[in-house]
Amino acid sequence: MARVVAASKTPAPAAGRQMTGAQALVEALRREGVEILFGHPGGASLPIYDALYDAPDIRHILVRHEQVAAHAAVGYARASGRVGVCTATSGPGATNLVTGITDAMMDSVPIVAITGQVPRPVIGNDAFQEADVTGITMPITKYNMLVMRAADIPRAVRTAFYLARTGRPGPVLVDIPRDVSQELCEPDLTVEPQLPGYRPVLDGNPHQIAEAARALSQAQRPIIYAGGGVITSGATPELTALVDRTGIPVTLTLMGKGAMDETHPRCLGMLGMHGSAYANWAINSADVILAVGVRFDDRVTGRLKDFAPHARFIHIDIDPAEIGKNKPAHIPIVGDAKRVLAALVPLVQPPQIEAWWRQIEEWRQRYPFRYRQRDGRISHQYVCDLLNRLTEGRAIVATDVGQHQMWMAQWYRCREPRTFISSGGLGAMGFGFPAALGAKFARPDRQVIAVVGDGGFMMTMQDLITAVEHRLSLPIIILNNNALGMVRQWQSFFYRGRLSASLLRNPDFARLAEVFGARGIRVDRPEDVEPALRAALATEGTPCVVDILCDPEENCLPMIPSGQSVAEMILDG
Amino acid sequence: MAEGTHAATISVLVQNAPGVLVRVAGLIRRRGVNIHSLSVGPTEDPAISRMTIVVDTAPDRTEQFAKQLRKLVEVLRATAIDGLPTVDRELALVKVNVTPGTRLEIMEIANVFRASVVDLTDRTMTLEVTGRDEKVDAFIELLKKYGIREMARTGQVTLVRGAQAT
Repeated sequence: MARVVAASKTPAPAAGRQMTGAQALVEALRREGVEILFGHPGGASLPIYDALYDAPDIRHILVRHEQVAAHAAVGYARASGRVGVCTATSGPGATNLVTGITDAMMDSVPIVAITGQVPRPVIGNDAFQEADVTGITMPITKYNMLVMRAADIPRAVRTAFYLARTGRPGPVLVDIPRDVSQELCEPDLTVEPQLPGYRPVLDGNPHQIAEAARALSQAQRPIIYAGGGVITSGATPELTALVDRTGIPVTLTLMGKGAMDETHPRCLGMLGMHGSAYANWAINSADVILAVGVRFDDRVTGRLKDFAPHARFIHIDIDPAEIGKNKPAHIPIVGDAKRVLAALVPLVQPPQIEAWWRQIEEWRQRYPFRYRQRDGRISHQYVCDLLNRLTEGRAIVATDVGQHQMWMAQWYRCREPRTFISSGGLGAMGFGFPAALGAKFARPDRQVIAVVGDGGFMMTMQDLITAVEHRLSLPIIILNNNALGMVRQWQSFFYRGRLSASLLRNPDFARLAEVFGARGIRVDRPEDVEPALRAALATEGTPCVVDILCDPEENCLPMIPSGQSVAEMILDG
Repeated sequence: MAEGTHAATISVLVQNAPGVLVRVAGLIRRRGVNIHSLSVGPTEDPAISRMTIVVDTAPDRTEQFAKQLRKLVEVLRATAIDGLPTVDRELALVKVNVTPGTRLEIMEIANVFRASVVDLTDRTMTLEVTGRDEKVDAFIELLKKYGIREMARTGQVTLVRGAQAT
C-alpha cells in the first residue's frame, strides 16, 4: 500500500539560531551585502538553492553556462566596484567557472565563487560529479577553501569577501560539500577572519614618496604610465590632480582605460602593442616614468630590455611582488595608489616640460589614430569611432577579445573609471557579452554596450536568452568580419598569409537574435551603420543585436610585434 | 643546475594548516623552478611551521621568489637568505655494505666526519651524519666504494646567525 510521506520542509532558522549550512551561507552572503548572484544549480548545490528559495532579497540570475556566471560576476564587479558573486555545482559546474576565475585573477577583479562539492564521506572516491576544485583553482585564485563543517561557513564567507576586495583584489573560491550545506549548526555569524599572514600595505613610505616627487619635479621628459590599479583604488581624482598640477602626460594601459578622462589634453590614450604611436614614442623617450597600478605586461613593454631604456622608474603598486618583477624600479613605493598619489601631489613641483610637450604634440600630429573607408566596406574603426561619438564616451562598454577589442581601446575614449570592461591579462574570448550582462545588472541606470567579434560572441551567446528573460536594455554590437580577425592578422603578417583555421562561417546573427526573442539588425552598408547604432542604443526592455558586416581584410594598427620594441612598430598596413 | 642559476635558500614561516605545503610547492612548480630540497617542521609555536626551501634560481630572482611566497595567505614570513651569515644543517642516514675487512675502515671515515653508527649487522652498517650539505656530500662520496644500499637525507634547515630573525 502506498504511503503518503509529507514533503520534508527545510528547517527555518529557529529561535535557537540553529540552521543548515546552506542557510548559514545565505545569511553570511546577506551580511556581506550581496544582492545578486550569477549561477547555475546542480546536485551538489541543491541545498544551497533550496535556501536561496527563501531569500527573495538575494537575486539569483540563472545563466545557461557557468562560464557566463563567472564572467558576469567580473562584469558586475568591474562596473560597480563591489564584489561579484557566482555559483556552480560540483565537478563540471565548477570546472566551467575556471576561465572566468582565471580572468579575475589576471585582472585583479574581486569575485567570490561558491561551488557545491560532493558529500564529505565520498570526497576523494571519484564520486559522481566530483572534481578537486580547490586543487584545480589553487593557482588561479587569490585564496580558496574547502569548508568541512557547517559552523565554519560564516567565517569562510567573511574571509572570502575580505580577501577578494582588499589589497590587490582577486577571486576567492569557497567549496562546500553537499552534506555540509545540509548539516545543522548554530553558527556565529559575527565571526571575523583570522589572517595573520595577510597585511596589505596601504600607505607608501614617505621618504620614497619624497624621492619620487624630487625625480618628477626635476624631470625633463616625464610620463605617467597608469593602469587598472588606479581604477581599483579609486585614485582617478588624485591622478587627475597630479596631471593638472604638473602638466605631465599620461598614458593608460588597456586595464587603465577610464583611470582618467581620455579627452583630457594631457592624456595620450593607450600604449603598448596596439597603443597610439605617440604614447609609445613618448614613453620610450621618457627620462622619468611614474608607473602606477601597472605590471609591465609584455603587451605593454614588448622586449623588456629595450623598453624605455633611458628612464628612471618610479613604481607604485599595492602588490610588492609586482615591483621589480619585470623591470627594476629605481624608486619603488608599495602602497594603495589613491593614498600614495594623494601624498605625492602636493610635493611635486611642476617640471619644465614645454619642449617635451612640443615633441609630443608633433608626434601626435604626425601619427594620430586614423582609418580609411574602402569603397562600400564598413570600417571596424568607423563603428568604434561612431560609438564613441554617439555615447560621448559615457557608456559602459564591455568588449570581447581580439581586433575589435583593440579598435575599441583605440577609438572609445572613456570619460570616467569603470566604463571599459575587457579581458586584459587572460584575453578570454567569450568574455564580452557575459561581462556586459553582469555590468548591466550592476548599473541598470547606465547605458551598457557589449562590443564583440563574431568569433567571441559565438562562445557564450547562448545566454542571450538570459538577457531577454530579464528584459535588459543591452545593445550587442558585433563587428563581424567572418574571421578570427586577430589570428588572421598574425597569420597574414607572420605566417605568410597561410590562413589556417581562422575564417568563420557564421549564422545570421540578427535572425538568431529574433529567435531568442531579442531585437536583431543586420547591417552591410556603411550608410546604415549610424541609424542601426542609434536604434540599438535607444532600444528599451530587450537586448538588441546589431550584426555589422565589416571589412574582412582590415588589420589592427599600429602594432609592435610580439617581443619587439617601439623601433619595430608597424604603422601602415 | 641550469646555467646562470644557483642554489638559493628561502626560509618560510607558515601557518600550520592543511594545504599549505601544496600551495608553496605549487607556486614553485608553476615557475618551472627545480626544488633542491624542502624541509618542513614545527617551530617553537606549534601553530607555525618553518619550511626551508632550496631552489635552483637566478641570483637576482631570489627576492622575487620570496615576494611571491609572501603573497600566499598562510605565509607569515618569507626570507631569501642569500648572502646572510647562516647556520645550515642537513642530516643523512646512509646504509652501507660492510665486510669484516671494511668495517674498521668505514668507522674511521665516520669518525673523521663525526658520524655515528646507528645500526649494525654482519653485512650492513647505518651511519648518521649531520652538517652542511657539502660535508654530507663528501661523506657519501667516500662511502660509495663500499656500496651504498640506501640513503635518506632530510634536506637543509637554516637559521640566520646572531640575534636577527630568519
